[in-house]
Amino acid sequence: MFSHTCPIFLHNYIIIMAKITYVTHDNQVHTVEVQNGLTVMEGAVQNDIPGIDADCGGGMACATCHVYVKDDWFDKVTPKEDGEEDMLDMAFEPKKNSRLSCQIIISDELDGLTVNIPSKQS
Amino acid sequence: MNKTDALIIGAGPTGLFTAHQLKLIGLNCEIVDNLDKIGGQCIELYPDKPIYDIPAVPECTGGELTNNLINQIKPFNIKFHLSERVDEVKKEGDNWIVKTNNGTTFQTPNVIIAGGVGSFEPRKFPVKECEKLENKSVLYSIKDKSIFKGKTVTIFGGGDSALDWAVELSKNSKVNLVHRREDFRGAQATVDKVHELAKDGKINLYTKYQMSSIKGDDQLESIDIKNDDKETKTLNSDYALGFFGLIMQLGPIANWGLNIDKKTIEVDTEKFETNQKGIYAVGDICSYPGKLKLILSGFHEGALAARACFKLARPNEKYRFEFTTSSKTIKDRLGVKGD
Repeated sequence: MFSHTCPIFLHNYIIIMAKITYVTHDNQVHTVEVQNGLTVMEGAVQNDIPGIDADCGGGMACATCHVYVKDDWFDKVTPKEDGEEDMLDMAFEPKKNSRLSCQIIISDELDGLTVNIPSKQS
Repeated sequence: MNKTDALIIGAGPTGLFTAHQLKLIGLNCEIVDNLDKIGGQCIELYPDKPIYDIPAVPECTGGELTNNLINQIKPFNIKFHLSERVDEVKKEGDNWIVKTNNGTTFQTPNVIIAGGVGSFEPRKFPVKECEKLENKSVLYSIKDKSIFKGKTVTIFGGGDSALDWAVELSKNSKVNLVHRREDFRGAQATVDKVHELAKDGKINLYTKYQMSSIKGDDQLESIDIKNDDKETKTLNSDYALGFFGLIMQLGPIANWGLNIDKKTIEVDTEKFETNQKGIYAVGDICSYPGKLKLILSGFHEGALAARACFKLARPNEKYRFEFTTSSKTIKDRLGVKGD
């Protein structure tokens, strides 16, 4: 069951982590383990990964946690809710595979996910 | 020079309630905000979105919360300086001298930064060449629409500002409207109007396109737009208008000698004072161990910072804690009748 994930045992709770890779615009690769249930944005902020501003703190109100999701992952991540596409209109250089990372919730299925961070957030 | 006991930077919910607390304990204050309206993020980002975690208010929108806070400070006649950004904060004796971009100056012992994530600025085109033509033929807001008469104007964006200006300017100008996808997020009636004008040839509509480059040295000549399939079109244009909403920038706050980490200002949790005596930070912009970015936390932080201001504004008086339910002095300040 945990073949692709790395469980950490802490005070009798099992915390399931997923490996998430963030690639910055200058091709620096940061692979970190992020707890299931957090968002890709939170994973970046908690691990001090540069290039994700997340000014509004995850409220889908600012478009400064914009990422590009690699094509083979795009259909697997949590789908867009109403309003995300509207916010992406305001993002810096949006593309077909643009997402707001605060709206991607990490789960077992996303273990190994790679996202690219744009050169700027605004 | 405006002299005041405390100057609040930011007219969001935290700034407004901090003003309430200052006036309640007998200090005067003025508020500066870069936006042209009161309410900060509540009014700019989510005026119609419901908020569910304001204590004792089961549900209210950002707009309603702002109106309630404005009503709460009505008895105090607080002076607002809107559409002004604080650019400079300098120490002079026991006071801070604060200057705005409009040249307004303040002398005050207390500066309370309630600036959210900074000031709202327009989002700009990603194309670097746009910088040198900014405010000339590349614009992010319109002050005088008569300059577009008889000209070719290329508008970018899919919200109400882009659509409203496309409709308005199509009366006297040649208008291109460029948007990154087929759906527009503006009001349906305006979207319908745009499609109607496009059908009649009054607006040239380019959906699924974005700006890829511009040409022109002192004056814009043409704009290249590109779609996801890398097809490029060249649009001859006199003006490029970008309406991508506003973004928060920390801006000049970064230059005031404060300890800043990840765009937030470090404070203590007794006075919410920064590393500079007499400068406080409250609300989303402050950080301390355990900080929660909630509106309710901003109210608490503002209440404590206001008490801290008393000491510097009235060095020879002693602050006495009083309840609004029982204090005659407070009731007089609020203009309500005592028991």
